[in-house]
Amino acid sequence: MHDLLPTHALGGADPQVDTIGSVTIAEHPGLALASVAARLGSEAAVAKGLKALLGETPLPGRAVLHDPEAGFWMGPDQWMIGAPGDTHEDLADQLKARFGDTASVTEQTGAWVAFDVTGAAMPDMCELLCAVPIRRMVAGDAQRTMIHQLGCFVIRRAADDHIRILGPRASAGSLHHALVNAARSVA
Amino acid sequence: MTKDNRIAGGQIDRAKTLRFSFDGKSYTGHPGDTLASALLANGVRLMGRSFKYHRPRGPLTAGSEEPNALVELRGGARKEPNTRATTAELFDGLLAHSQNRMGSLKFDLLAINDRLSTFLTAGFYYKTFMWPAPLWEKLYEPIIRRAAGLGSLSLKDDPDVYDKGFLHCDLLIIGAGPAGLMAALTAGRSGADVILADEDFRMGGRLNSETLTIGDDTGADWAAAAVAELATLPNVRLMPRTTVIGAFDHGIYGAVERVSDHVHTPDDGKPRQILWRIYTQKTVLAAGALERPIAFDNNDRPGVMLGSALRTYANRFGVAVDRRVAIFTNNDDGHRTAADLHAKGLKISAVVDTRPDAPRNTDYEVLPGAQVIDTKGRLGLTFAEVRMADGTTRTLECGALGLSGGWNPNVHLTCHQRGRPTWNDALAAFVPGENLPAGMTVSGAAAGDMSTAGALRGGAQAAKAALGLKGRLPALPDTEDAPVNVTPFWYVEGCIRAWLDQQNDVTVKDVKLSHQEGFRSVEHLKRYTTLGMATDQGKTSNMGGLAIMAELAGKAIPEVGTTIFRPPYTPVAIGAFGGRHRGQDFHPKRLTPSHAWAEEQGAVFVEVGNWLRAQWFPRPGETHWRESVDREVLATRGSVGVCDVTTLGKVDVQGADAADFLNKIYCNGFAKLAVGKTRYGLMLREDGIAMDDGTAARLAEDHFVVTTTTANALPVYRHMEFVRQCLFPDMDVQLISTTEAWAQYAVAGPNSRKVLEKIVDQDISNEAFPFMACANITVCGGLRARLFRISFSGELAYEIAVPTTYGDALMRRIMQAGEEFDITPYGTEALGVMRIEKGHAAGNELNGTTTAQNLGMGRMVSKKKDSIGSTLSERPGLNADGDLRQVGIKPVNPADKVPAGAHLMNANGPVDAAHDQGYATSACYSPVLGCHIALGFLKNGSDRVGEQMRLVSPLTGVTTKVEIVSAHFVDPEGERLRA
Repeated sequence: MHDLLPTHALGGADPQVDTIGSVTIAEHPGLALASVAARLGSEAAVAKGLKALLGETPLPGRAVLHDPEAGFWMGPDQWMIGAPGDTHEDLADQLKARFGDTASVTEQTGAWVAFDVTGAAMPDMCELLCAVPIRRMVAGDAQRTMIHQLGCFVIRRAADDHIRILGPRASAGSLHHALVNAARSVA
Repeated sequence: MTKDNRIAGGQIDRAKTLRFSFDGKSYTGHPGDTLASALLANGVRLMGRSFKYHRPRGPLTAGSEEPNALVELRGGARKEPNTRATTAELFDGLLAHSQNRMGSLKFDLLAINDRLSTFLTAGFYYKTFMWPAPLWEKLYEPIIRRAAGLGSLSLKDDPDVYDKGFLHCDLLIIGAGPAGLMAALTAGRSGADVILADEDFRMGGRLNSETLTIGDDTGADWAAAAVAELATLPNVRLMPRTTVIGAFDHGIYGAVERVSDHVHTPDDGKPRQILWRIYTQKTVLAAGALERPIAFDNNDRPGVMLGSALRTYANRFGVAVDRRVAIFTNNDDGHRTAADLHAKGLKISAVVDTRPDAPRNTDYEVLPGAQVIDTKGRLGLTFAEVRMADGTTRTLECGALGLSGGWNPNVHLTCHQRGRPTWNDALAAFVPGENLPAGMTVSGAAAGDMSTAGALRGGAQAAKAALGLKGRLPALPDTEDAPVNVTPFWYVEGCIRAWLDQQNDVTVKDVKLSHQEGFRSVEHLKRYTTLGMATDQGKTSNMGGLAIMAELAGKAIPEVGTTIFRPPYTPVAIGAFGGRHRGQDFHPKRLTPSHAWAEEQGAVFVEVGNWLRAQWFPRPGETHWRESVDREVLATRGSVGVCDVTTLGKVDVQGADAADFLNKIYCNGFAKLAVGKTRYGLMLREDGIAMDDGTAARLAEDHFVVTTTTANALPVYRHMEFVRQCLFPDMDVQLISTTEAWAQYAVAGPNSRKVLEKIVDQDISNEAFPFMACANITVCGGLRARLFRISFSGELAYEIAVPTTYGDALMRRIMQAGEEFDITPYGTEALGVMRIEKGHAAGNELNGTTTAQNLGMGRMVSKKKDSIGSTLSERPGLNADGDLRQVGIKPVNPADKVPAGAHLMNANGPVDAAHDQGYATSACYSPVLGCHIALGFLKNGSDRVGEQMRLVSPLTGVTTKVEIVSAHFVDPEGERLRA
């Protein structure tokens, strides 16, 4: 067992939580992520494999929601799979072992920061951040979008007032700043 | 002493009093007032000076089309010039100042311009200030700008914030007058997602300004009830104070919501305005119509305004502009104004109607077939001169004169996709053409349906059609349904100083002069005279200009056409376009995994794209950046240094055809690269020019990690995706960026292995892990990591990568492990020095003009395979004798500098472009060599090593004697990096 300590994306000892008005923005540090892309000719096999793994294959614009994460569609024959970090530290290796030569698997855990945004004013806040049709999104909808010039994913979670935003980890501070600004605007 | 022009009625809250000041004088008004209505209520008609002639001006309108009543609102950093008093919502403590004057508003010294008007006609500047040309910028323009202009900026940072936002709906309704409200009720009741936007702070449009009834209610009460019902519908979003400024592609509309303009200071954290992007399936444009004036001599005195504006001030704001009013009209609407004002108890001096068959009235005098030909009054209207039908003249005493020249449907937004309006003879106006923005329908007065009944019917029909609703129209209440009865009349024959465009001081005479001088196109007329320019974009003036143009050219108005309508509909603050992207937030920052640690070390950071990279790490006592950089270079070459290289692009390339794919994108071969090996690769553009360089490490038969330069991380990834998806879709290859997923550090220097041996969990001896080796390894007792034995510095070096979440910890561990070797963190400056010393090309050399040949890598372009750019790299023009080759440059005198960008010239001979031999691309001080050095490109450079030349910088006037040397200043044989 190695002895290096992980660092949260915003740099704090604990994940940062901000409550502004009715909105709470919570850094979610415990997410293991890996991308799965079907190899040429193995698209059906990978889709089937994902169904076996997740219960269904995420369709374009959709996520399969487990707690805390499962997977969402990222592009043609390409998905992001998520799992609890403390039990799936080696998620990419696990997935590679499962899919073998049918899929290309790439570790993505360190590439992303995740923020859970909850609260009654979440839709108002979301409208100031990105072009996703937040009021039309239902549980499990997942959209790729831009927030403060950053390529992000917005996933509508099970609760009506809950979205998860995945953004580039190196810009976690800028993304968080944009979220806080938007929350203050609608507070 | 102020005059009280308040009269009964209106939709203002008289129970509350608001205090405000104009030009330092205090006044009072009420909630519901605009600045203009409150000033008029206080007897203030004079609100500004005109653009060029500094003539006294008051409001012409009561809306956003206002050309005259432009003021500076607020003070200090919040000062906002050119704000329309007619739309500025009154709030307690509002400060307003008049603008564009020298002296007071009443005694403007620049009013002398009006006396010189004979000389200041259209085109005056172009004709007069032609010579001498240098004086234009230094003398003429400053004087003209001082004399003619509008408000002034505070030149301070705007303290407020602006947001941008995104909305989606089934139906966007623009305008909340009778048509818009009826459309919203129809659509909202059906359950559709509706946005109703109106620029006014009170929805209702003209219903708030008229005395007509709808059913049993006044129009204003009906509108209020409609708004109240809409507010209860969760699927309807009401957006007052929101101007839809443009119709863009694919059903996207821009809208500015003035969130805090009506309060003294925005609440903490709240935006002043929001620039919305509205995505809609369908749009109903119900923007109403704008009344137009009639031109006659001195038609611009304060007190002369549109008849509809007089009605608005009286009916909505409870304000009589003056107690004695005359009307000048060519249509029945002017009589509506007279009737309303008469009913309010105002004295109607007369209704001057150009039509001989004008309707008579028993309550006030009507002068059929007559025309107002002139006015009097120094700072405001006192008399109007009338030419009667029989040719005699008569003087009317009046402080307000209402002009009713007919109504122009508000077609602006119908034309933003290059649509053209069409002429309607019955209205004597342009109406929306057939070529509308996709999904748009127009209803109400905007469509030329000028009655209230027509607006209600049209709004309901438009909503039903837009949403595909079946069934009959909802029951519509009874209301006025008067036909339009207008006889076109644009200007009074023989007038000279008759204002068409009051904002730009363009007169009938100017338009005639423009025609006389050959400007026959309506677009040329606009540019020559400035008719229709500036903040109001000619909303009250364009039609008059077109009509005169048509008359002069002997054409019909539709043959003359209109100028192009472009967004924005009304002016938008630059701050709204900028949104949150200003100052520190102009773009997002990307922080490296070691950023916090580097900050603790006192690093100086440099922006590289969005990344912040440590540029150098100053130590106590170091007073100049060069001291730090020199130390970092020497320490690295002498022992060991560490540098965060996470920013280099990393692309994960997997698939059965991954090697073949790299063979396509790199000009050199990769198919035979062994697993566990890394290779330098050069990428060419299609045209054979070098695009980027980097490395590709083969972690498995079907798995590579490609690195790119920091600057090109995105373009290269985009290029690779293009190649994958479009050029070779049959290849089994998958790409994904992992730049941010891995924290990567370069550990360089003769002791680098010793440091890393304390961290990594396996043998990394030269035998076990030779130069250019790569592997998936573990560190610190089991953390997955990647190790690459590659070197940018030319030293024994490694790049070690761990998942980003452990990046901070790894950097601290490396520093701890290297303590016994005096490990030194180094920044991008030292990195740059070492790569120049080693002769490695970087962005300065891969500058979009250079080839593999130029870079001395011509032999890397494999002839055994086809790769992108390889064929065109063989073009004769790129392979001529004497081509540029990368060389090293050293000063003959070691104390001399060698500036980058300077050009190489022969030791003797002319210094000019014709004799140019090449140029220096990258330069630095080499602490190893003890002198400045540079890389550069030199014609036939590889054959000129040892030659003495001049390095010339005409820009700075520096000429340095230099010697051409190998580009590899340090360890040319590469022994160190293989150690």
